[in-house]
Amino acid sequence: MTVNMGPQHPSTHGVLRLVLELDGEVIQSVMPTIGYLHTGIEKTAEQKKWQQVIPLVERMDYLAAQSNSLAYALSVEKLLGLEMPQRVRDIRVLIAELQRLASHLIWLGTHAMEIGAVSMLFYAIRERELLLNINELIAGFRFFPSYIRIGGLREDLARGFHDAVNAFLDRFPTKIDEFERLLTKNDIFRRRTEGVGVVALDDAFAWGLVGPIARAAGSDYDVRKYFPYSGYETYDFVVPTAIEGDVYARYRVRIAEMRQSVAICKQAIGRITPTGAWACNDTRVVPPPKDKVYTGMEALIQHFLIYSQGFTVPAGEAYVPVEGPRGEHGCYVVSDGGNRPWRVKMRAPSFMAIQALPTLVQGGLIADLVAVIGSNDVVMGDCDR
Amino acid sequence: MDSPSTIDTLRTLVPAASFEAGSSVDFQTIYVPSDRLVDTCLALRDSPALGFNVLVEITAADFWPREPRFEVVYHLLSVSNRTRLRLKVRVRGDASVPTVQSVWRGAGWPEREVWDMFGIVFDGHGDLRRLLMPEDWEGHPARKDYPVQIQKAAQTYQPLEVSEEEFRANIARDREKRWGSREA
Repeated sequence: MTVNMGPQHPSTHGVLRLVLELDGEVIQSVMPTIGYLHTGIEKTAEQKKWQQVIPLVERMDYLAAQSNSLAYALSVEKLLGLEMPQRVRDIRVLIAELQRLASHLIWLGTHAMEIGAVSMLFYAIRERELLLNINELIAGFRFFPSYIRIGGLREDLARGFHDAVNAFLDRFPTKIDEFERLLTKNDIFRRRTEGVGVVALDDAFAWGLVGPIARAAGSDYDVRKYFPYSGYETYDFVVPTAIEGDVYARYRVRIAEMRQSVAICKQAIGRITPTGAWACNDTRVVPPPKDKVYTGMEALIQHFLIYSQGFTVPAGEAYVPVEGPRGEHGCYVVSDGGNRPWRVKMRAPSFMAIQALPTLVQGGLIADLVAVIGSNDVVMGDCDR
Repeated sequence: MDSPSTIDTLRTLVPAASFEAGSSVDFQTIYVPSDRLVDTCLALRDSPALGFNVLVEITAADFWPREPRFEVVYHLLSVSNRTRLRLKVRVRGDASVPTVQSVWRGAGWPEREVWDMFGIVFDGHGDLRRLLMPEDWEGHPARKDYPVQIQKAAQTYQPLEVSEEEFRANIARDREKRWGSREA
């Protein structure tokens, strides 16, 4: 029997359409159809100036907005040859880890809800609200702050930032314990997840699944450890792994990742001073301070040039990956030496995860499909771009 | 592994191909001739000294009106050796590239996306359909000569209509498939 699932199905995390070939309740084959959320961001980016692309790429993976913009900013800075001050690097690490927590909370809430633990969604969303409040504090925007810019950050940290982050970090570990009390030993949850959607490590690599899915299958590959960026090599954390490769292993890996993220955030917030450098010194890219714009001719010209024509980036190409919440998140940028990108391409972990979906669920039950989609943590905005 | 040795290893493994090192600011870039692409990728994956077991992504860039106008870009990752590599293939507007699905299974969708966006044909792919754009779309939007703002009437689709006879025939067919002709 052929059954259509989606594109408007509550468990498909957006608009993913699956055509299932069923034999009773057993899945014979799955054919995913994507593209419902394709918005042509990569083409649009070619018409914008380099800095204007930041809000665009944040809208790709909308649950991990600042992971996109960090990958893009690092790639363009690689082409420009910019080095960030230590404080900027620490703030970026902190923001990236808070973003990972926010994304994992949505994953945890929706994934648990879809396999029966409905109240998990409310617990998870409640904690995410605090992270969105922090976004609002630093940038005035809750979902897409565009706070990470090429050349540093948009502005200095807001007053009260340390208090808000510390309050969250003090509260959150007990909340993870609470989540685990609800799920980790829950018999229903374990029966729905153990031995379901198993992927072996070799298969995961062959399908290009690098990230939590590969780590749940025994790999320790993490971009933060293998190719450190933004100063991750100076932080003390471990990469959680599991060997089973099933849905339950992915759950345990992501929960452990949340604890590690809290540890990284605590180290980062201890290093960040309340005020200080928030951008590099390169006057090509970073606009001069406002008081100088009002009083000095050179600063006024510089300000005008940056905001009217933007800046040029040397011809070439760069790909700098970051460890996003869903896996390796990289931005490939090509420049022809002009003030607009020649090509911007985001490496989307969800794209690869959906491609591999049929092999993960073949021969399983249709109810397991929902569990596997949830544990792969796909975001259709990331997949379709 | 420092940068010259990957290309030297490749030259001994695939002697028939002429590799060319590209300039880059991040990691090593190698230009590969399109007819030797699959051999090169197999050597890159299977040689223990290289061990590029993960295909990170496939993408392309259009340098129109220059010819060859396209560059197909393969980002590879070796987890065991902690190295990255960028392979590039220069493609003329009317030429094609062999598929690397036999080397990395995950190449299917990225190649489909490149065909969808750029119109670069991957020989031997077998399932080269639209992926992100609608099935009846004309043109390949990521090409540089594709207009940025076009006016196109929204497509309307008729809902699927099944007559009562077809509906009954479908049920009978499924029943037969499951239980044989016992109940028919």
